[in-house]
Amino acid sequence: MSKRNVSRRQFLNYTLTGVGGFMAAGMLMPMVRFAVDPVLAGGSESDFVATKQKIKDLSTEPTRVDFSFTQVDGWYESEVTNTAWVYKTKDGKIVALSPICKHLGCTVDWGGDKEHPEQFFCPCHYGRYTKDGMNVKGTPPISPLDVFTTKEKDGILYLGQRKPHGEA
Amino acid sequence: MLTKIYDWVDERLDITPLWRDIADHEVPEHVNPAHHFSAFVYCFGGLTFFITVIQILSGMFLTMYYVPDIKNAWESVYYLQNEVAFGQIVRGMHHWGASLVIVMMFLHTLRVFFQGAYKKPRELNWIVGVLIFFIMLALGLTGYLLPWDMKALFATKVTLTIVDSVPLIGPAMKTLIAGDATIVGAQTLTRFFAIHVFFLPAALFALLAAHFLMIRKQGISGPL
Repeated sequence: MSKRNVSRRQFLNYTLTGVGGFMAAGMLMPMVRFAVDPVLAGGSESDFVATKQKIKDLSTEPTRVDFSFTQVDGWYESEVTNTAWVYKTKDGKIVALSPICKHLGCTVDWGGDKEHPEQFFCPCHYGRYTKDGMNVKGTPPISPLDVFTTKEKDGILYLGQRKPHGEA
Repeated sequence: MLTKIYDWVDERLDITPLWRDIADHEVPEHVNPAHHFSAFVYCFGGLTFFITVIQILSGMFLTMYYVPDIKNAWESVYYLQNEVAFGQIVRGMHHWGASLVIVMMFLHTLRVFFQGAYKKPRELNWIVGVLIFFIMLALGLTGYLLPWDMKALFATKVTLTIVDSVPLIGPAMKTLIAGDATIVGAQTLTRFFAIHVFFLPAALFALLAAHFLMIRKQGISGPL
């Protein structure tokens, strides 16, 4: 035994605090885990979605492509239509850009600004992006438009996940 | 009759000191508009509380009809506003009160600021007041989504984009608030409802209690 004796009062303080702590943790742990579940659940890898766009109809001019898929939101499933701006680069690569402005999430339009017909334009705060989705310096957005992964099958365009520019 | 009931209870529980302690205190002359009309500036804190009480009551009654479900939320708001007697009034109280409480709180803050009433020994009460301000803004923000119309949805999308832009913890915070990493939908609405109706009011009550206890303990700051 060490010379430092634990008094009866100290012993009771420690044990009661410990037991109380365990009881509080036992109560709170399930509730906190319950609340943060969406953060820890992780995104499910979504499959490629078929669009109605034929690959051969794509040009170097960005085309608006709407595509529908079944979205699962917790207990609620619904048919959702999203949009992409798709074009072919000069060397034949297909680029599909997300229309969601990286400033505050409005929807950008190709050539929406008459003074910059060869750019994407966000009407909310006049954000602009060049054709390859890069944000124009001096306008509100601080990063380039997101990019969809693309796939060709039977001459039809398939769109996959939306990823930050440079990761797709 | 009422006196007899009161006396019967008081004889057994001695409740008189409890409320006398709260009710018996003099309003200093310099904060009484009857003496100096300019003292009306001292009313804004009380008005903030008054409107907060209206918000709590009208909100409690709104939940008798409202459902936080994406298929029915908008319909239930439409129904309670247009079909239920006095629905327009009750929802109107909650709608306009939400803006008014911010205005009153802002005026109260300005008075405290320009009179220097936040100075020692009342620094802690200022800090609690600022926390109450944040809670009120959060209440306004979460309540905005609940009618589930276009304005509500897109305002919330913008809010979540702002949260998302916070360095490092932004994306996790956004998912925690929205209930899903990419969708603003069913889980977002239930979350915002729970936060608006249970979590934030609980925090608000605790902070208001601290705010009022401190002002009773320290008293209103002296005249300029």
